[in-house]
Amino acid sequence: MPINYYIILSLTLFVIGIVGVLTRRNTIIVFMCIEIMLNAVNLLLVAFSKMHHINQVATNPTAGTEAQLFVFFIMVVAAAEVSVGLAIIVMLFRNTHSIDVNFLNRLKH
Amino acid sequence: MNALIISAVFGVIMMFTGIFVKQKPVTRNIAIAGVALLLLVNILEMSGIDFFKVHTAGFMLFDRFALLFNSVAFGSTLIYFILSAPDMEKVGHYYADYFALIFFILCGVVLVASFQSLLILFLGIEIISIPLYILTGSNKRNLISNEASLKYFLMGAFSTGIMLMGITLLYGATGTFDTQFMNIETEGTSALVIAGMLLLFFSMAFKVSAVPFHFWTPDVYDGCPTVFTSFMATVVKSAAFVGFIRLFYDAFGSIHDDWKLVAAIITALTLLVGNITAVFQQSVKRMLAYSSISQAGFMLLGLLALNATSKEGIILYATAYSLATIGIFAILLKMNDHSFESFNGFARQQPLLAGVNVIFLLSLAGIPLTAGFLAKFYMLKATLESGDFLWLVILAVIMAAVSVYYYFRLIQAMYFKEGDGNAIEVSPGFKLMLVIVAACLIVLGVFPNLLLNWLYF
Repeated sequence: MPINYYIILSLTLFVIGIVGVLTRRNTIIVFMCIEIMLNAVNLLLVAFSKMHHINQVATNPTAGTEAQLFVFFIMVVAAAEVSVGLAIIVMLFRNTHSIDVNFLNRLKH
Repeated sequence: MNALIISAVFGVIMMFTGIFVKQKPVTRNIAIAGVALLLLVNILEMSGIDFFKVHTAGFMLFDRFALLFNSVAFGSTLIYFILSAPDMEKVGHYYADYFALIFFILCGVVLVASFQSLLILFLGIEIISIPLYILTGSNKRNLISNEASLKYFLMGAFSTGIMLMGITLLYGATGTFDTQFMNIETEGTSALVIAGMLLLFFSMAFKVSAVPFHFWTPDVYDGCPTVFTSFMATVVKSAAFVGFIRLFYDAFGSIHDDWKLVAAIITALTLLVGNITAVFQQSVKRMLAYSSISQAGFMLLGLLALNATSKEGIILYATAYSLATIGIFAILLKMNDHSFESFNGFARQQPLLAGVNVIFLLSLAGIPLTAGFLAKFYMLKATLESGDFLWLVILAVIMAAVSVYYYFRLIQAMYFKEGDGNAIEVSPGFKLMLVIVAACLIVLGVFPNLLLNWLYF
């Protein structure tokens, strides 16, 4: 398949994520949308990795592997971020009994 | 490499300290000794003594610029620990863990300051951010702290997503993550490169709170426990700037003409909005948050100019800004509330503290004979050398004049207003440390080469 299909698919997913973050009011959903953004990036990285591998395999047999590695790093960091993020949401829920993002407006003076 | 490994090890040591050591002063002293050790090994590495021979080619590059900035960051953290560590006790029960998180942040600072591969930049930014989310929300019973933490987390994760997309598009176009080998052509740059560069620019602008992306900063800085705001606004922010400059110097230096207009507009907006909004603040803490945005505007001038002077300037700026802000926050932490009124009559009660506070404020405002003046001077000089942006230099000078208004409001409250103020108790050691910091600012304001020579020799 041409690389353009992957780029369009990933960018679509990424934009869905961005729109979700900006419009949804439920913290968990916002959180899910951020995960969609990260996974769109993962998909695109793997596609690019394959593309560079096919193009350069004659001169460099390991071309493209660094992007595959990058994907694992993104997964690890996303997991770490989720653990901290969910802890923050639980802490907020204990104090306010709500997970609505609109609570964030209280800080504005 | 020394400092990277030792800071990670000290993070773990501090977590165990929390289990085995119950006395808070002992915990504090271990942490202070740890940062002092970091500073020492980093200076040793600058003179060529490297304890850990690890092959990092293609991922990290420990050049003079990175090592010097690391020294500045460790020095600022050392001063921050000595001045403000006792105040961390008030935040919560997990005293040793706060130190552990700060050591992990320092680990990330080293990564960001010395990255060569975009993978390391991403990891460094995340290693800085994730502990900061926790520190921001560390006052668990306080709703404001919770909200600040959630807001910072959502904004941080969102901008990380954007940054990753930028890195990916760049990889698609160039086939490498190594900033030294991207070889972006000046003529006919591909659309993927331009899109990736803009996404990276916007996400880094989020991290340094440049203006269209600054809206989280005042709320987060205000809601965060004040001791941690002090660290966040100084060391972390200058580290993000060093990463920003390194990225654009190494990877996008060849297409400087394509992005400098965007950078100039963002710089101008940052200077305008940061300074003018700071004028209207009623709380000193919030005023300092906006002042951090306006100081970011000046640091962006260094990014815009992108020459040797701007590298010197960013080091000097990071030092001057960090030292002065840490000093002001240390004094602010001793006050009962954070309004301008609480400083009324402060000079009569604590003449020495008021005196050093004046030096810090003068340095932030950029009055000659302080380090802040020379830092601003280097930035303006770098911009003039790059040629195009005379209007921006004029705007920056006008905005520096505006900033004098809100910094001097605090001086006016301390010296010329009557008030009982709040009686605060400080130890002689605290006063001595503040005097040393103020002396550093003045010495650097007269002989900046004491610091900058380290970049070359």
